[in-house]
Amino acid sequence: MNERNSPGEQAMDHEVAPPLLEVRDLKVTFAGRVGLGAGILGRKATQSRAVDGVSLQLRQGEVLALAGESGCGKTTTARAIMGLEPPREGQILFQGKRISKGLRAYRRKVQMIFQDPTGALNPRQTIYESVAEGLRIHRIHQGPHGQTEQELVARALSRAGMRPPERFFLNYPHELSGGQRQRVVIAGALVLDPVMLVADEPVSNLDASVRGEILRLLLQVRDDLGLAILVVTHDLGLAWTIADRVAVMYLGRIVEIGPAEDVLTKPLHPYTKALLNVVPEAGGLDRPILTGEPPDPTRIPPGCRFHPRCPEVATGAARAAGVEDRCRGEDLGLIELRPGHFAACHLAAVTVGESREISTSQP
Amino acid sequence: MSLLSVRDLFVNYRTQGGPVPAVRGVDIEIGKGEVLGLAGESGCGKSTIAGALLRLLPTGTEVTGSILLNGEDVLGMKPGRLRAVRWTETSIVFQGAMHALNPVQRVGEQIEEAILIHQQAGDREARLRVGSLLEHVGLPQRRIRDYPHELSGGQRQRVMIAMALACNPSLIIADEPTTALDVMVQAQVLKLLKELQREFGLAMLFITHDLSVLIEVCDRLAVMYAGRIVEEGPAQSVFYESAHPYTRALSAAFPAIGEGRFRRAPSGLPGDPPYPQDLPDGCTFHPRCPVAFEACPHIDPRLFDVTPGWRAACLLVDSAKSELEGARTPGSGP
Repeated sequence: MNERNSPGEQAMDHEVAPPLLEVRDLKVTFAGRVGLGAGILGRKATQSRAVDGVSLQLRQGEVLALAGESGCGKTTTARAIMGLEPPREGQILFQGKRISKGLRAYRRKVQMIFQDPTGALNPRQTIYESVAEGLRIHRIHQGPHGQTEQELVARALSRAGMRPPERFFLNYPHELSGGQRQRVVIAGALVLDPVMLVADEPVSNLDASVRGEILRLLLQVRDDLGLAILVVTHDLGLAWTIADRVAVMYLGRIVEIGPAEDVLTKPLHPYTKALLNVVPEAGGLDRPILTGEPPDPTRIPPGCRFHPRCPEVATGAARAAGVEDRCRGEDLGLIELRPGHFAACHLAAVTVGESREISTSQP
Repeated sequence: MSLLSVRDLFVNYRTQGGPVPAVRGVDIEIGKGEVLGLAGESGCGKSTIAGALLRLLPTGTEVTGSILLNGEDVLGMKPGRLRAVRWTETSIVFQGAMHALNPVQRVGEQIEEAILIHQQAGDREARLRVGSLLEHVGLPQRRIRDYPHELSGGQRQRVMIAMALACNPSLIIADEPTTALDVMVQAQVLKLLKELQREFGLAMLFITHDLSVLIEVCDRLAVMYAGRIVEEGPAQSVFYESAHPYTRALSAAFPAIGEGRFRRAPSGLPGDPPYPQDLPDGCTFHPRCPVAFEACPHIDPRLFDVTPGWRAACLLVDSAKSELEGARTPGSGP
């Protein structure tokens, strides 16, 4: 990718601070399905390109939402950032250093919050033990100011909104509601004083009335503790309520990234527009809906990977703008089309470049 | 006459710890070709209602009240009549199409089975009908011979919908029909359901936790909390101008993108829905309610009219206020 134009060089107000996290051209592949007799017939196993060249940056205190449909690679990207999936190519730098060096210390500073709090907590451990587990794994017997383990656990639970914390020490997960369990999971992350959280669909298993409180908690720990948060979500409405910036993924790539206001209200990529079209609201079903489902990541289309489903190609808008051949044949990376707002779209590159005004696919 | 008329429905599950009141006095009316959305969080009783309508609840469950389907009492039906009503008059589309379909039977045969059992159509006729049903739900005819695992989640849900339509029912109960699907596929399936509903003049009871989905497909909307309907009325009024504080909180969980008041301002309710065995006194919502006042822990509000055809179970609704005032005037109070 062209370094000069990488999404890292975004025009932020505080340009001086180096990014906390930098992902450069990350690729993660999985062995695809090996059919019966693949060996006998000498067929090669297909490779599933789950993450196929992702670059992003996260600054201290910033909330970045990584959005997309299931199978787009957003969770795999998050897991690679956590060091849970080995990258096939690319680099992940944290505070300027590769995470593969000193993974243990890194994992103390970066904590992950999973979707299902019930699965994330050991049903046979008390809440105290669950929260203290991280401290024990990292052999932390004392806080930086000489706090005992019990004080650290109490502080973490309290920060996660479980007050008074002592009341919950001896509870088991099944005695708590879903929202409380997710708070315990968050307390387990906060107890290690992390500088970054990676939250994979943190509220999608929770009841609607409880979700807002958990999201508010995430924003609060960001404000109070200055944490950076990477939120993986399929829900653009959630991104609107908490994210500073939004990245939209399709088939293993980020196809659009920028400030949440710009990406969600002035989208540049046809896929982002399509996703916004299906956010439910009254009369929403009258808007155009993409047909079909995303292709298999073992068979990524040539050219722009979105072109077989792209409404701009289907309606002839791409042809009218003279970019259709490029859509079909020329793969492209992210291009900065507005300050800090990048999209991987041949058509947007032409239309925004010419008029600074984007055509929409709506009739 | 309504197609479906539910009066004073109570459902108690029998458990080791004693009876659990899952539904506590619910009235529902659905006219021909009307779509009613039933929203609420897990445990509010919405799926129990779906089960009660076709008597699919575990044996021993206590169901009282009346359920009239086309004027016929469902709770009093003999087993043979009940079997005939299921699929032909009312069918259900469930959430998990992966689990609702038989994994070792071709999908075409599964749809055909429903037709053969209920309509005594000949094999040939049934097969033709399966083909046309699949086309109706947007699947190519050749998919008849596929097994469920060969289809994607969205395609399986389409098969479930085809099956629900197989015997020409007049009412479809859709219980979280799109919850397991991705956003894009969810929109496709919703659009399909809406089109079929219009085309066949179907009545639908659409059950989901996702209030925002309901305003896309429903005429009317009922919101449940702790086993009761707390607000009911025209879908858009209920969602956008909610009269009940619970509905307000629930609709705020589905923020409108681009609207400033939701930006960086997630909002939710403190606490959690109550356990059915341990309901708060008075209004069951009062411990979580942001606008509760001194009367709320003592008075369990019935549904009060907001405007004709729109009701909410909240003491802050104008008509409830005037009734409370009336109760306080000398002579009429306790």
